[in-house]
Amino acid sequence: MYTQGLDSLGKDGERDPARDAGALERAFQARVDAEEKIEPKDWMPEAYRRTLVRQISQHAHSEIVGMLPEGNWITRAPTLLRKAILIAKVQDEGGHGAYLYSAAETLGVSRAELIDQLLEGKAKYSSIFNYPTPTWADVGAIGWLVDGAAIMNQIPLCRCSYGPYARAMVRICKEESFHQRQGYEIMLRLSRGTAAQRQMAQAALDRWWWPSLMMFGPSDAESKHGAQSMRWKIKRFSNDELRQKFVDFTVPQADFLGLQVPDPALRWDEAAQHYRFGAIDWSEFEQVLQGHGPCNRERMQARRQAHEDGRWVREAAAAWAAKQAAREGREEAA
Amino acid sequence: MTDERRDWPLYEIFIRAKSGLDHKHVGSLHATDARMAIEHARDLYTRRLEGVSIWAVRSSDIVASDPADADALFEPARDKVYRHPTFYDIPDEVKTL
Repeated sequence: MYTQGLDSLGKDGERDPARDAGALERAFQARVDAEEKIEPKDWMPEAYRRTLVRQISQHAHSEIVGMLPEGNWITRAPTLLRKAILIAKVQDEGGHGAYLYSAAETLGVSRAELIDQLLEGKAKYSSIFNYPTPTWADVGAIGWLVDGAAIMNQIPLCRCSYGPYARAMVRICKEESFHQRQGYEIMLRLSRGTAAQRQMAQAALDRWWWPSLMMFGPSDAESKHGAQSMRWKIKRFSNDELRQKFVDFTVPQADFLGLQVPDPALRWDEAAQHYRFGAIDWSEFEQVLQGHGPCNRERMQARRQAHEDGRWVREAAAAWAAKQAAREGREEAA
Repeated sequence: MTDERRDWPLYEIFIRAKSGLDHKHVGSLHATDARMAIEHARDLYTRRLEGVSIWAVRSSDIVASDPADADALFEPARDKVYRHPTFYDIPDEVKTL
């Protein structure tokens, strides 16, 4: 991903103003329609670039903040194996953040800029990570439901029109499946356990069900960016389509656990071959998005603290590299 | 490099999945120096035995062709179908050719 090469072109400087912008845009759309991938140095409409920077960086921030609710349980995982699994999963999330930041950087933004936006509270991340994880069952529910919803969203992104984003998503999707299965297995163990364990699993499902459905974003009628993103083939399916698919996949999994989905309106529609579900409380979604969720402040504080705590390491590494480079320079000169 | 706001240099990472195969580009990362690039590449790109060897190259050292030159560079090959074995019509009776 040739970020620096891209910067050296001076971004817009290389464009030939004599060429008709409309013609360039039509040619771009024709390439997208023909399922050709767009690569970093190709011409692209400014709005396409902006949309991708926003979406990819929000996605990256979500992976980074997403480490926090689960990281909470690393020291308290019930067995050594569970601890090792959870560390591996949280490490994956950090890796996913890194792949995605790299993809965003190919569009001409710097990593430092993106991280600043997150730490200053200017950037959004998935609202799901502002919910607390009070019990071990929450770790199971996150893997099963939150990662399950993420997979549903992410699989179509592997075919996104922007090459670096699509490639990052392929890598991420390969790893997500482990996350979902380990989460479901935690739920399975608990739901086959003691009455208290079953109750714990049910309570976690009750907590995570609706926030997971909200992960697909506002309904199609309300979605701000949906139609244009579909035209640009950044998005392949609408929010409501993906949400429906998630419900259809997940309800039988809950049945198998013997747990109750917390929705009195939920029923199977034989004619449509879909589950019908109750209305989503979007006011809650808005609240969390505006920063008034249960853990918004705590998450940002933890993130900033981690950044500050790591400062001396970054400074030491940079100083060491500068010293080595200076030494090599002297040896070459000698 | 003491300016914390400046990003560390970008490295492109290439992984050889197993011996006998080429190194293949897998992505990029920031590192202060080559050694850190290799260490981070190991953590970032080989958590599941994806490789047996890593190359890290400073992104600024890569020379890339310009997409605007694609026609001039690649168009001349388009009408030279005779460079492919399938161009030649050989009767079915002739074997192992």
